[in-house]
Amino acid sequence: MVPLSYYLVLSGILFACGVAGFLIKRNIITIFMSIELMLNGVNLSFVAFAAHWHVLAGQVFVFFVMVVAAAEAAVGLAIIIAVYRTRETLNVDQVNLLKL
Amino acid sequence: MTANLNLWMIPILPLAGAAINGFWGKKSSRSAVSTVALFFSGAAFAWALWVALHFSSLQLPYQEYLTHWIRSGNFSADFAFYLDQLSLVMLLVVTGVGFLIHIYSVGYMWDDPGYYRFFSYLNLFMFFMLTLVLANNYLLMFIGWEGVGLASYLLIGFWFTKDSAASAGKKAFIVNRIGDFGFLIGLFLLIQHFGSLNFDQVFGKVQPLGIETTAGLLTAIGILLMVGACGKSAQIPLYVWLPDAMEGPTPVSALIHAATMVTAGVYMVARSHAIFERAPIALTVVAIIGTLTALFAATIGITQTDIKKVLAYSTVSQLGYMFMACGVGAFSAGIFHLMTHAFFKGLLFLGAGSVIHAVGGEQDMRKMGGLKTYIPMTFIVMLIATCAIAGIPPLAGFWSKDEILWKAWEANPIYWVIGAITAFITSFYMFRLLFMTFWGDYKGIKVDDHGQAHATHGHGDHGHGEPHESPMVMLVPLMILAFLSLVGGLVGIHNGFQHFLEPVFGAEFPKAIAEPGNTEWLLMGISVLFSITGLIVAYVLYVSKPYLPQKIADSLNGFYETVLNKYYVDELYAKIFVKPLVDGSTSILWQGVDRKVIDDSVNNAAEGARHVSDEVRHMQSGNLRSYAGWISAGAAVVIAYMIWLGLGR
Repeated sequence: MVPLSYYLVLSGILFACGVAGFLIKRNIITIFMSIELMLNGVNLSFVAFAAHWHVLAGQVFVFFVMVVAAAEAAVGLAIIIAVYRTRETLNVDQVNLLKL
Repeated sequence: MTANLNLWMIPILPLAGAAINGFWGKKSSRSAVSTVALFFSGAAFAWALWVALHFSSLQLPYQEYLTHWIRSGNFSADFAFYLDQLSLVMLLVVTGVGFLIHIYSVGYMWDDPGYYRFFSYLNLFMFFMLTLVLANNYLLMFIGWEGVGLASYLLIGFWFTKDSAASAGKKAFIVNRIGDFGFLIGLFLLIQHFGSLNFDQVFGKVQPLGIETTAGLLTAIGILLMVGACGKSAQIPLYVWLPDAMEGPTPVSALIHAATMVTAGVYMVARSHAIFERAPIALTVVAIIGTLTALFAATIGITQTDIKKVLAYSTVSQLGYMFMACGVGAFSAGIFHLMTHAFFKGLLFLGAGSVIHAVGGEQDMRKMGGLKTYIPMTFIVMLIATCAIAGIPPLAGFWSKDEILWKAWEANPIYWVIGAITAFITSFYMFRLLFMTFWGDYKGIKVDDHGQAHATHGHGDHGHGEPHESPMVMLVPLMILAFLSLVGGLVGIHNGFQHFLEPVFGAEFPKAIAEPGNTEWLLMGISVLFSITGLIVAYVLYVSKPYLPQKIADSLNGFYETVLNKYYVDELYAKIFVKPLVDGSTSILWQGVDRKVIDDSVNNAAEGARHVSDEVRHMQSGNLRSYAGWISAGAAVVIAYMIWLGLGR
């Protein structure tokens, strides 16, 4: 059996990749995907704990996260499309009307 | 018998009058305002008379407890009243003279736009003054003491649009603060050592103490109380506010700055006689200050040309007599002079008011003269008052002044010599006032246009050509006071007044004088001689040879100038106290502490916050990624910390 720590390390690596992608990337789609990566990193640790402790709550949490992520993806992609139509760019640095 | 006299009603009545006039007077008619003011002050007087009628059947001192005020541990100060022979005399003087002056003011102030305000203040003054004289403890007395100071301030600055009046009010208030400071410290000493401020308890605890031959606790308390009395009763070195206080309306000068308030200091010293009798050093200080003030102020009085200023310095000088009396232990003589002085000095001021009224607001005596044919009634009462203050028998001033001088002789002939010289000077400057005002030819302007004076003292319904007599409402109080000045001294025959006050002051200090001996007759003769000499000298200088005074003044050039300028005391105080205070306040307190420390610390704190924020606000760039970066960095720090904790375990 794979020990719990392996899962957790993988989860941490996935999350860190997500953070790095979020911070580094300029393309709004990539940023979006980085967020999904972070969420899934967290999901992984949830299911790992759930399996380890034999508690269903973690899996329930994961379902919730997936549902919310799906909803978020729908709204987020709609926003991205709307932004692209008006600004004709996917570069977040150019979407800066609200900036100081 | 312990009948309930409801003494508390006596001060409360004028307070009610003050409140009614103060709140609703503005919209009421003049006659309504004067009805209220006269009713409440008259009711207080009637009540006082009623108390006097029942006085002989009372168990003295009669004390009345109204309600408690401060209770803290063993210390207590209550709203309670104290009536004995001394407070009865004060009560009758304050309510009686006060009521007469209220009546007079109806005529005098009739055309003033601040009519209701004037009567409200005047009633307020009565309230505080009656609290002062009826209090059964020093603290309540102090409330009255401060309250009369407030009323005095309000009334000196009554015409507050006039700069000199406003600053005279402030001067009076500030100079009185200095005295009150001494008074307060005296009270603190009393609390510390006797644990009480009640007259009964304090004097009860003082009684067993022996006479202090060297300066000690009682001397310190006595001198501190004396400082307070100096402020209120205008003695050297705090007398400077009283002459300036003449900026107030004349009835105020009569009531507050001659007859009643300024005698509060004398009353307080007399009330504290148990302390003073055991502190001969403090008593000597009182006597010396009184004697010097009497002489000093009298000499200034000679040179003044403003009719009210002469009377003001005369008041200071007469108060000096009262302090001299207290200082030689003759408290009853001091109170006697206080009473007669209230009559004749009140009369002099009201008479001066009538003169000022007659000549349309002029106060300079050089512009008067010959008024005796124009205003004969005023002339007669002024003549009576002048004779009374000059000490011509058998008028009031003679009896009381003679009593004081006799006691002064017994204590130390030097006091007597200075007192007698002062009596001569008093007689001289008072007759000078009388002659300059009423004899000779009228030197004023006989035109209708009186400008400011006209507006102030207004004579709206008739022209102001000739000097004219005042209305009856002003003359009647003058006549009553004149009558009192005539006969008021007779209560002092055979030491009648002294015997009346004996239960308060006791007969032991100094030893009772049984019968007037030859010395007393001799001294009496000398002082009468001095008074008459003063009269004659004044007559020669100001009636028969009116060119002489100028000559004398010229020959005494430097000295005359000095006296005319009141010995430059005001200028001296301005140099020694006021200027360093103003400069120090400006450079150290204002520019130094206030601007550099307080303002700068506040401003710098604000500036600092702005600078820091200026730097920090760049963090809030609106760049989402940088926010995310900060969040992850923070999270990383937290996680690192947790790991470090975990590893450390």
